[in-house]
Parts: sequence; C-alpha cells; structure tokens
Amino acid sequence: MPYLDYVAGSPVDDRVVEEMMKYFSHPGNPSSVHSLGLEARNVVEEARNKVSGLINADSSEIVFTSGATEANNLAIIGYAMRNRRKGNHIVVSAIEHISVINSAKFLMKNGFEVDYAPVDRFGKVRLDELESLLRDDTILVSVQHANPEIGTVQEIREIREVVKAALHVDATASLGKIEVDVEKMGADMVTISSNDIYGPRGVGALYLRKGVRVNPIILGGGQESGMRGGTENVPGIAGFGKAAEITKKEWRKESERLKEMRDRLIDGLLEIEETFLNGHPEDRLPNNASVRFSYIEGESILLSMDMEGIQASTGSACTSKTLQPSHVLMAIGLKHEEAHGSVVFSLGRWSRMEDVNYVLEKLPPIIERLRMMSPLYMKKKSGGD
Amino acid sequence: MYSEKVLEHFRNPKNVGVIENADGVGTVGNPVCGDLMTMYIKVEDDRIVDIKFQTFGCGAAIATSSMATELAIGKTIEEALQITKQTVADALGGLPPQKMHCSNLAADALKRAIADYLKKQGREDDLKRLGLDNLPEEDEHDDHGELCPM
Repeated sequence: MPYLDYVAGSPVDDRVVEEMMKYFSHPGNPSSVHSLGLEARNVVEEARNKVSGLINADSSEIVFTSGATEANNLAIIGYAMRNRRKGNHIVVSAIEHISVINSAKFLMKNGFEVDYAPVDRFGKVRLDELESLLRDDTILVSVQHANPEIGTVQEIREIREVVKAALHVDATASLGKIEVDVEKMGADMVTISSNDIYGPRGVGALYLRKGVRVNPIILGGGQESGMRGGTENVPGIAGFGKAAEITKKEWRKESERLKEMRDRLIDGLLEIEETFLNGHPEDRLPNNASVRFSYIEGESILLSMDMEGIQASTGSACTSKTLQPSHVLMAIGLKHEEAHGSVVFSLGRWSRMEDVNYVLEKLPPIIERLRMMSPLYMKKKSGGD
Repeated sequence: MYSEKVLEHFRNPKNVGVIENADGVGTVGNPVCGDLMTMYIKVEDDRIVDIKFQTFGCGAAIATSSMATELAIGKTIEEALQITKQTVADALGGLPPQKMHCSNLAADALKRAIADYLKKQGREDDLKRLGLDNLPEEDEHDDHGELCPM
C-alpha cells in the first residue's frame, strides 16, 4: 500500500537493521578503557567516518546527537550562548523547522534579538531582505537547505556570499535527496538526521566546521569532544553510519528515480481542478509533491486517503497540536483557508511508480466527494454557473 | 485519535446535501478557521421532518454534522434545541479535546436553522421564549471556539 509520508517518518533499511543488531546487546561503553569499551569506541568512530564522508566533512567535525531537533537546538542555542560577547543578534528564515524557530524564541526570551528572513511565494529566502536584516552584531544566520513541507531548495552558496556571520544550515530534508557538501555550501554548522536516510530514529548529527565553537546543551561526561554529554547510542550511531554509507553509493541514481515519480505525481495531481502546487516548481526536492486543494480541509483528505491505504501529511491547522496552520504555508503567503487544504506527498526508497498511479486513481473521487459536501465549493459552483 | 463511530460517520455521513426551499437554514463557522457548516431543515407542525447539511472541515466537523442530523430528525423543534455539543460528542463516543470546540459546530448550526424557521414564520414570541432572539450575527463568528487562530 502506498506510503507517501517519508517526510514524517521513514522505514529503516534492512541492511541498516542488520548492522545495528550486532550492537544492541554489546555491553561496551565507548568511554571505557577495556577492550569491550574500545570495540564500542571503534564502532562509533567508524560510523563518524562514514557520516562525515557523506557530507564531505572531516570526521572530527561531526557531533552525534539524538536527532535533528537536538542538533538544531545545539547549533542555535549552543552557538549563541558561546559567542554572545561577539553580538546579540541572530537571523533565521521564516520557514525553518520548528526546532530552529523555537530555539530562536528561547534565545529571544534570554535577551537575544531575533529577526526572521522572509521568503517569496515559492519559499525562496529573499536575499535582498536577508541582507538588509544583517547587522554588525549579527552572530548567526540559520537557513535550511530544503523545506520538507513545500520542497523548496535554497541557494545556500548565494546566502553564504552575503552572510559574514556564522551560517547554520538544516540539511535534514535534503540529505540523500540532493547533494549536501559542507564545503560547497560554505556552512559553519549543518544539521543532518539518520531516519531521513533510512537509518534509525533517535540519531542525528551536527557538523561543526573546525574552529566553530558551541556550548553544549546536554551536559554530561564530556562525550563527543565535550559538545554532547551522555553515553553514546552505539547501535543507533552504527545504524546511522551504515545508512550514510549506503546513501553515499546510491543517492544520485535514487534521486533520478524519485524525480521521475514526483513529476508524474505532481502532473497528475494538478489535473484535478482547482489544485495548486506549493513551493518552487523547479528548485524542489526530488521526493516532494506539495499541493493544495481548494474548498476542502486537509485532515478530511488524509482520513479519506488512509481508508484507501494511502498515507500523507497536511499543513492544516486541524491536525496540528496548536490548531495553528503551518508557519511555512503562512510564510509563503497562503491564506488560512488555502493552508487548510494543503497535502504533502513525500516519496522514498520503497516508493514505486505503481504507488503514484494508485494515488492518482484513488484521489480524484476523494476530492470530489469532500467538495460535494463543502458549502464553499457548492457556493462557488452555483455562483459560477 | 477518533472513535470508530466518528470514522463511520465520516466515511458514510448521513443527510449530506441541500434542501431546496428549506423552512430554516443555519450557518456557523468560518473557512479561515477550517470549519464551516450549513444546516437545512424542513418542518411540519413544528417537527423536523427532513434535515440536510453541508460541511467544510476536518473529520470531526463532518462526523458531528452527520450525527447531529440523525439526532434531530423526527424531533420537535423544542426537543431538537436540547441537542448540544456534548450530546453530539457523546453520541459519537467522544471527541478529542481539541476538536470539541473548533469542529463541533453542528448543534449551533441546528439552533440557527430553527431560529431561522421561527423568524420566517414571524414567531417573535417563540424566538424569545426559546432564547433564540439574540443569536449573534453570522459573520461575527464568535462561537467557533477559543482555539481558532482567528
């Protein structure tokens, strides 16, 4: 059955599971001096090599975390706290992941000044606006590489050209889908996550360019070069390493395959009347098809699709814990009622063209059924006749 | 997240549609908030003999609309006015707390449809007696829940 919600969660690759199984019952603590400790240490360091190799970093520049959220927290809060004497101002884009937005809010409550860099209607950061927000006391700018909700990919290199402050890039959604090369980006900090490349959940990493200093936000026994306390999650990290190794070999070919399916999916979806694409038409993730259907609400679409065995996500307020529509959809200028009807389909390693075809066969009657129930659609129809 | 009963009413909602020349029509909600609902009633001798709805909204909005129409059909208008958000939610085996206010609008739409019926009949005394003479204007949207962002 077509699972098109890779943005929410991905299955773990069997090859990764096999690797992890070796270490679940291994007792060694990487900090111990004895031989079992050393074995565990070697597993972690081998994984660090593989993860750094995927993003063209040095292994000493990788700090393992419990996931992208923690890596984003560490980058934003840890960097600001460490470098406070250099300045008091940070800028994050308006469509960052909530873990970046909430880190920025935390800093604001603690005396920092925060500005949000606006995006255009395709979700691209507006360079001129970003530039005008930068000040002498700006110490940090955070812009994600690609947005998981609307698929838009940013021009990190161009952003780097105008940002003198430290640059943090959240590459969670882009890793394994498009090239993530820390040198080409010129980023000082980069967030990546294991599950997005079919590794286990609960593991991520922050790339810290040599010489970039942050304060740890999880305090413990000096693990991860003092950047992240707590005994390392050895099986998780081993799985992340294996996932990185596989991804490095396979991503280019896989990306082409995803793109072909994505394009067919988008074309098919846009054939449904009054359906619009969210995000950038060209500069978008190869696995992301984000659309909005007028006159109906996303949660009803998701429930209806689930009854047909199709899973996806929505930015509708009606499914969020806060009952607020997605800040990303608001930032690209959608009205509330447009955001309500947004659905994001995300493809991954186990998606097949027949899944796309199945969705395109099942979806039109679902949309039609919900519209026939909707007073907005009926009003529009009778008004248009 | 939803009870089986909610999903059943979402899957097969009862009484969807429009009644042409309805005796009463009530609308509540706001598309900005993600829920908008219109209820149509046909009344004979102060008894609801037919009822239809149209709803824009989430699963809970559609299921509560369907359930409210089922509860209301065949009842006198006075009996139907006893139907509340809680009655509808209970009949559905409960609703998630965040859906209780934002998406559970059907009882209010029904109340408005009944008020509209009485108004069309010029029955000001009954409107007052039943507490329906002072319903806020439709476009004030002050009854769609404190959690709605608007």
